[in-house]
Amino acid sequence: MAPKAGVKPKAPARMVTKDIGGDKNGGKRTVRVKRLPRYYPTEDRPRKLVNRRKCFSEHKHKLRTSITPGTVLILVAGRHKGKRVVFLKQLKSGLLLVTGPFHLNACPLRRINQIYCIATKTKIDISGVKLPDRLNDEYFRRKQLKKPKHTEGEIFDTKKEEYSVSDERKEDQKNVDTQILDAIKKNPEKKYLFGYLGAMFSLGSKQFPHKMVF
Amino acid sequence: MVLGQERYVEIGRVAYIAYGEDKGKLCVIVDVIDQNRVLVEGPCTNVARKQINLKAIQLTQFRLQIPASCRQKIVRKNWEAEKITEKWNNSTWAKKIAAREKRATLTDFDRFKLMKAKQAVSI
Repeated sequence: MAPKAGVKPKAPARMVTKDIGGDKNGGKRTVRVKRLPRYYPTEDRPRKLVNRRKCFSEHKHKLRTSITPGTVLILVAGRHKGKRVVFLKQLKSGLLLVTGPFHLNACPLRRINQIYCIATKTKIDISGVKLPDRLNDEYFRRKQLKKPKHTEGEIFDTKKEEYSVSDERKEDQKNVDTQILDAIKKNPEKKYLFGYLGAMFSLGSKQFPHKMVF
Repeated sequence: MVLGQERYVEIGRVAYIAYGEDKGKLCVIVDVIDQNRVLVEGPCTNVARKQINLKAIQLTQFRLQIPASCRQKIVRKNWEAEKITEKWNNSTWAKKIAAREKRATLTDFDRFKLMKAKQAVSI
């Protein structure tokens, strides 16, 4: 298929002449290199469909007014349920960034949905606490652990890659916790606060959460 | 209740209102209407003179010496002379109510401190 004569060399040829077999077919025929689409638009310019739905990243995330930075929260779900933790800030995804502090109740820096929290009236003044900038949603996203590839002979000897706490997490945990603990030490009721944050929350008999003040 | 100190529905008996719009207030029985209803008033506790069902009031140990259907002025005078409000506030009954109310407003941290205080006492 050679380009038609007389066409500039740079522009690709649109038509091509082909030899056509058969007696009554005229011998040759010009054919388009690229076929025109079968579909012909009914409008000159296609317009975008109206879609009022917003992406999750554009959602507006509300925060309960009872939760402000420094509020002590009671976690009611997840592996740290029952623990009293300190709220640090709300992340872009709407999840709450909390810390135990790890030293007191072994709850690390982690995210939690506010529906799984009970906000208490107890607040710690953490206005002086400076959080590292890298504490964002990407930082907490679950890492994909690599599965070992099967090789001959050692199918049962291969070990899976196990989760381990990265050095940067350990560093951040230490950094944030020292600041939080300092903030607690400044509180006049620090003696009780340490015990309070270290203790688990539970309901006794005749205690009804909907009738209680937290 | 001590024998000889029984509480009767009688004119001058001070009562605690258990439910209704004046719930939690003290009043005095000014008159007995029938077996179920009495006329009460609490001039020092913001209870306007009204009839009330006997089921809605709980009788206290206090009693005023007032005539039947007497005026508000006399009720007030007797109430103040007997220092009913003061006596009531010092009674075990009133203290229990106050304690219950206070307990209901305790926050989670307060409850923790209370638990610690109790532990310290018991040891």
